[in-house]
Amino acid sequence: MSEEQIKNLEAQFEARIARDEKIEAKDWMPEKYRQTHIRQMSQHAHSEIVGMLPEGNWITRAPSLRRKVALLAKVQDEAGHGLYLYSACETLGISRDELYDQLHSGKAKYSSIFNYPTVTWADMGAIGWLVDGAAIINQVPLCNTSYGPYARAMVRVCKEESFHQRQGYEIMIKLANGTPEQKEMAQDALNRWWWPSLMMLGPTDAESIHTEQSMKWKLKRKSNDELRQQFIDQTVPQADLIGLTIPDPDLKWNEEKGSYDFGEINWDEFWQVVKGHGPCNKERMNARVGAWERGEWVRDAAMAYAEKQQQKKEKQVV
Amino acid sequence: MKDNLYKYILGIADNSLILGQRMGSLTGHGPSLETDIACTNISLDLFGQVRSYYQYAAKIAGDGRTEDDIAMLRKEREYVNVLLVEQPNTDFAYTMARQFLFDVYHLLLLNELQKSKDLTLSAIASKSIKEVSYHQRFSSDWIKRLGDGTDLSHQKMQDAIDALWAYTDELFHQTQADKVMVKEGVGVDVTKLKETYYKQVNEVLEEATLNIPESKYFQKGGKEGIHTEHMGYLLSDLQYMQRTYPNMEW
Amino acid sequence: MATKNWPLWEVFVRSKNGLEHRHFGSLHAADAEMALENARDVYTRRNEGVSIWVVESKHITASNPEHNGELFEPAQDKVYRHPTFYDLPDEVKHM
Repeated sequence: MSEEQIKNLEAQFEARIARDEKIEAKDWMPEKYRQTHIRQMSQHAHSEIVGMLPEGNWITRAPSLRRKVALLAKVQDEAGHGLYLYSACETLGISRDELYDQLHSGKAKYSSIFNYPTVTWADMGAIGWLVDGAAIINQVPLCNTSYGPYARAMVRVCKEESFHQRQGYEIMIKLANGTPEQKEMAQDALNRWWWPSLMMLGPTDAESIHTEQSMKWKLKRKSNDELRQQFIDQTVPQADLIGLTIPDPDLKWNEEKGSYDFGEINWDEFWQVVKGHGPCNKERMNARVGAWERGEWVRDAAMAYAEKQQQKKEKQVV
Repeated sequence: MKDNLYKYILGIADNSLILGQRMGSLTGHGPSLETDIACTNISLDLFGQVRSYYQYAAKIAGDGRTEDDIAMLRKEREYVNVLLVEQPNTDFAYTMARQFLFDVYHLLLLNELQKSKDLTLSAIASKSIKEVSYHQRFSSDWIKRLGDGTDLSHQKMQDAIDALWAYTDELFHQTQADKVMVKEGVGVDVTKLKETYYKQVNEVLEEATLNIPESKYFQKGGKEGIHTEHMGYLLSDLQYMQRTYPNMEW
Repeated sequence: MATKNWPLWEVFVRSKNGLEHRHFGSLHAADAEMALENARDVYTRRNEGVSIWVVESKHITASNPEHNGELFEPAQDKVYRHPTFYDLPDEVKHM
């Protein structure tokens, strides 16, 4: 194809997206569109499956049977969401195994928040409330993104995710209304998860490299800073309601702009974790790589068995 | 009668609790995302059954204890699950072998329990049968895949079956409470399930090209509360919150 | 033995009798039996289905979007296939 033809196709492509048409897997698309989508969707999928680990850490220790089944179902959903997103990614011609390789080799990123340890039961509450809360803010607009398979996966994810945040907040309510010890546990979890949750919505707009292109392709509808503000404005009253204190002395309602002012985020910490030096980066990777490697003989066996069965069937036909 | 019924319920429920706990701890660490999701489903089914049984047991006991008290606040000697279900997740072959060896028994048991004079138990059994039929299908398929897969998987599956075989006989032991409940028409006479059990198990093992273990040495004790050394650690996790923060609601 | 990955399958679910099977998504499985089991566990956890079809993705033949013009546009101006093409007096109801 000549350069001019490609330019022409690109213009048509951008026009389709501008008209709110969906792009499907076999449609022509600019290489950059494909690569950007593989990157974002796989990063999203990786976040789901690495995100299973900090919560999985408490499945065996959940304090009641009711909490245990809710947590199991939630972590299981995360596996499901990872699966939907890997599948959507695979429509762009990359296999799940290649995507795993990228994760396991450290080439691909996942949400840094999962590199923090879950040290008390209240962390299950804080993660559901704050981390899922922030994730939902990020994800709901993606149900309308331009790439069809991604948008459809997100519709399913968002639908299922609606119980996750409630599950977390309910844990916090119970703790906040419980004994002094329980309330302290809840406050401690909020203290530890608040700032990482704000960081989770991404670097400030000034430092975010992909935003403009992503907006055009509807991979993003609002900037990181706008999303962060939305998250803070919706979360602060929820903390007030259950008598917990947001660990930010600078947090203050700004009547004029109709939203909260908040304190400085420690971006050095953010970049340190992104670059692999968070408290649990190594543990998370070891867990993922370990599970994959320990599972290899199992996956091989299933393939070998399937082939044998197939051969048997063919013989019977002859 | 009340005391025996209570004990009888625990005899069934503790198996699901401990196996559910074992399966649940695999979530996020299985050989593929798809198997992870499947194993979590099994765990969720088992915990669902456990809750129904313990809620009933709590009602029978009538001493103010809740399902969680029964699940998490007994001493190790008071848990009466069979030794089979507390065996660790050594690898995926062990996990599936343990599941399979229990599923075959579990389904036979529930089929009979359905006919119990005790309407609550019979209702729980009817509901659980569908779940457990699926578990058995799932685990049998994996026994065949791993048994008749590669040389390596065959060896691993054979090792797992050989190791866990010693815990199968206990499934058919009767406690004192069992005997009383059988007489009352409430409980299932597990001794009568034994023949069918080994027949069904052996069929799958043969199809999976596995050897049926010949060992006649069996382990027992779980039903009397005498467990393997793995049990204490499992309970430390299970009971951690309830023990560390007594008398609180979650 | 060289590792062979589990192939990709497409999953179709009938949500309730009376409705058609609809494409729900995809998953990996070593064989058809496993694909069905996985589909049940992955896509019907919330009571979404009463029947499942699975088909290995490689068996699906898809039309090429580049041929969309010749494939689908010719149908656009065949308005006589639609009831609104035909004029009827207002007195005629229910036709």
